[in-house]
Amino acid sequence: MTLRELADLLEAEVISGEQHLDEEFKCAGASDLMSDVLAFGESGVVLLTGLANTQSIRTADIIEAKAIVYVRGKKPNKEGIALAQERDIPILSTRFFMYKACGLLYSRKVSGVRNQ
Amino acid sequence: MVSRHDLSHAFRIKGRNFSKAGSVSIDIKEILRELGIDPAIVRRAAIAAYEAEMNVVMYADKGEMILRLNPKAIRITLEDEGPGIEDIEMAMQEGYSTATEEIREMGFGAGMGLPNIKKNADVFELKSTVGKGTSYNIIIYLNSTGKT
Repeated sequence: MTLRELADLLEAEVISGEQHLDEEFKCAGASDLMSDVLAFGESGVVLLTGLANTQSIRTADIIEAKAIVYVRGKKPNKEGIALAQERDIPILSTRFFMYKACGLLYSRKVSGVRNQ
Repeated sequence: MVSRHDLSHAFRIKGRNFSKAGSVSIDIKEILRELGIDPAIVRRAAIAAYEAEMNVVMYADKGEMILRLNPKAIRITLEDEGPGIEDIEMAMQEGYSTATEEIREMGFGAGMGLPNIKKNADVFELKSTVGKGTSYNIIIYLNSTGKT
């Protein structure tokens, strides 16, 4: 699935990284705990999270995530958006809750991270 | 471009400076990536550095992280000044944490940090003196395939 298809499926707003929307992603993972993301995330993952601080962007950067999708309509502040742009990490925001966002992706056969 | 044979770079980390937390590890990741090191090895080093950096930001007053590289390995050392760790054996167990509510709200403090450094490193040595600080020695071999 491409990031554009993901954005359509989750009715998500693309906050930054428009130029990457036609790229494919490998798998998806969801957590508000960055400790868990660091321990179990894998490169190429799309991270779904409700944690919209700068740490979510730095964590995604460290694990080489493909993109971040913020759930429940959350968005990072200006500083976070600037950081995502600087680090070239696409960020999207969906009004859906975590459960529904994950359910929609799962129903389209998007796989989870390998460790699951 | 920095030579692989003589790289040594020191970074200062300030305790409780959450807005900058993680930036040193991202610099380390970029340095290693630009040197053309295997992305899987870079990723392991970046994760280990980030977990260690976050520990300084969350618990210590300040710290100095040094990245060294030789033709065989990446070595990351960190010395912090802070409360130290009372029980290293407990701290190395997944899920054990002394994090405050503020730290948990940042998405950290789940008791995964030190075990995750161990998972990503080929060698991980941790020494701590209560009331003084903690030192980390992390080695990742360039020809290793990782333990995960």
